[in-house]
Amino acid sequence: MATHLILQKILKTGRLSEPAPAADPAMRTREQELQAEILKVFGQAVAIRCVDAGSCNGCELEIHALNSPQYNIEGLGVKFAASPRHVDVLLVTGPVSRNLETALRRTYDATPEPKWVVAMGDCGCTGGMFGESYASCGKVSNVIPVDVEVPGCPPTPTALLQGILAAVSGGH
Amino acid sequence: MAEFANLTLETAGRHVWRVRPAADQLVALARAVKEEGGQLIALWGSDDRPLGAGYGLHAAFMTSLGMLWATVALAVEDPAHADLAAVFPQAGRMQRATHDLLGIRAEGAEDTRKWLRHGAWPANAFPLRKDYAAATVNEPDAYAFVRVEGDGPHEIPVGPIHAGTIEPGHFRFTIIGDRVLRLEERLGYTHKGTEKRFEGMDLATGARLAGRVSGDSHVAYAWAYCMAVEQAVGAEVPERAVWLRALFLEMERVANHLGDLGYLGNDVALAFGFNQFWKWKEDWLRLTARMFGHRYLFDSVVPGGIAVDLADDGYDLNRMTRRLDDEVAQLKRIYDEHATLQDRFANTGIVKPDMAARLGLTGLAGRASAQAWDARMQFPQPPYDRLAVNMATQRKGDVLARAEVRFAEVFESLRLIRDILKHLPGGAVRAELPAVAAVREGLGWVEGWRGEVVVAVRISADGRLDRVHPHDPSWQNWPLLEVGILGNIVPDFPLINKSFNLSYSGQDL
Ligand code: SF4
Repeated sequence: MATHLILQKILKTGRLSEPAPAADPAMRTREQELQAEILKVFGQAVAIRCVDAGSCNGCELEIHALNSPQYNIEGLGVKFAASPRHVDVLLVTGPVSRNLETALRRTYDATPEPKWVVAMGDCGCTGGMFGESYASCGKVSNVIPVDVEVPGCPPTPTALLQGILAAVSGGH
Repeated sequence: MAEFANLTLETAGRHVWRVRPAADQLVALARAVKEEGGQLIALWGSDDRPLGAGYGLHAAFMTSLGMLWATVALAVEDPAHADLAAVFPQAGRMQRATHDLLGIRAEGAEDTRKWLRHGAWPANAFPLRKDYAAATVNEPDAYAFVRVEGDGPHEIPVGPIHAGTIEPGHFRFTIIGDRVLRLEERLGYTHKGTEKRFEGMDLATGARLAGRVSGDSHVAYAWAYCMAVEQAVGAEVPERAVWLRALFLEMERVANHLGDLGYLGNDVALAFGFNQFWKWKEDWLRLTARMFGHRYLFDSVVPGGIAVDLADDGYDLNRMTRRLDDEVAQLKRIYDEHATLQDRFANTGIVKPDMAARLGLTGLAGRASAQAWDARMQFPQPPYDRLAVNMATQRKGDVLARAEVRFAEVFESLRLIRDILKHLPGGAVRAELPAVAAVREGLGWVEGWRGEVVVAVRISADGRLDRVHPHDPSWQNWPLLEVGILGNIVPDFPLINKSFNLSYSGQDL
């Protein structure tokens, strides 16, 4: 019976969550005026919307990996949401393709204030290997304001988590 | 055959053949390939004017001989060729992309709508022409979706930005009640000018970019690119490097299949499956990083060999493969016995074998619909000629069949990894490439986890890249997703989509 096997497996596997890394303020690109009230509103929870603005899909692999039980992100209060209207943070990957430039701007506009933008990966931070071209706008900050840049190709889940925490901790 | 008496077949690598038919022979050649059970794999163009010619149209066919790379010379003015989509429907989108990028027309083609060009560059400018100098524009992106008429059906547009962490694309469903009557895909959103970017690059940087065509298939692309370059310049790659490339490729396959098997469980509300498979995937990635310095082996395959050697005898990896054999077998038993999962997987998203053959379904999805092709087995490049790969096939072509193929391929890759570690030769892992002083071309072909990855390369006389065309198996498979969803309910789309797990970036380029 599947249920029996599942329970057995769950018990045998045990808890896999690892302690969370600390926020890395060095990844911040600008100082937000982060009032105490906002932090209070967020509490310790933050909702994130992923936007692939033209990535090679390598960065997405690491966003998925962040959902592995080892990282226990929901336990840290980090939650991925389906609509930009429900989130605090936009996590943007890729060089921004010109074919997605408008969609990215609209997503940004649809996200309520206060909001933070995390640009993920060398592509998101600098345009990476794709740079600027007839088809690519290059880095994310060429299109929308960016608060935190997480370099790497792709950045590891730990680096990504440090960047997300840096965005919402206001450097504290 | 008499009609091809004027053609000579040059070898262009192991199991790769080059042929240069006249423009009016191309369709007949395609038909001949089709009649003997072959398929069209890739189609692309090139601007050959700097070589004193016009344009080139290239088609790669899978035949009983191996890969047949046909190149047709086209005129300088208004380059055009006869439509191949009438013979191989999978040519359709590739022809449209070739037109968007190079202005090469497919004469007589039924569908001539733009594909990769949305509204970012003018309709009469072609970015892959060497003299492209158009300013970027921001045109309204009018795209004529096919409309279904009548009272009953209504449309649901989805994307390009999706709710989950998946790549961007647009899906337009026409439904009756809760059943899908029609699905039309619109892709090209992540088009970021990858092919143009290769122009003028040095060969080593080209390998890094090739690996980023579709990051989830990094090793497959980097290897196919390097194979093409090495073939073009006549380089000898050390044996140990070739074996380690295969090790990397199988490690990439295991990582992706584990992730997909977890997500397939998740999509039928079995979060347990997700957590188990992703625990193991994460452990696998960490081990990969410990051994080779990168979780996804980025930049480990370089022209002439590999950049990171195996430091020890691979004891930890060997032990991990045995552990995974056991763990994945246990999880498979749970998936097999889980009534809800079986109910959702079976008879969902069916692509029947005859449809798969007609439209060219390939790779792991093809093997789940009785398309028994696996380059590692039929046309093995070293070291696969020494490894005896067992191909996994299924006939039903549903979500369950695609899951079964993944399970079988995980076990087979784990076995292959042990085999590679056991027979791994010693010696150097990288050789210098001979310098070139003339234009050279080559084609590389690797069976990635999703299907065959093909990379064609032209190197200029100055030793830099002139034209690189990377081909993703998703080109052929995306249209079959439109078929697989028919008659299914809309809520099953994420599951069916995941069971194919196609690349957007790989086809958007
Ligand atoms: S940073 Fe690297 S992994 Fe991320 S999208 Fe760019 S090339 Fe891909």
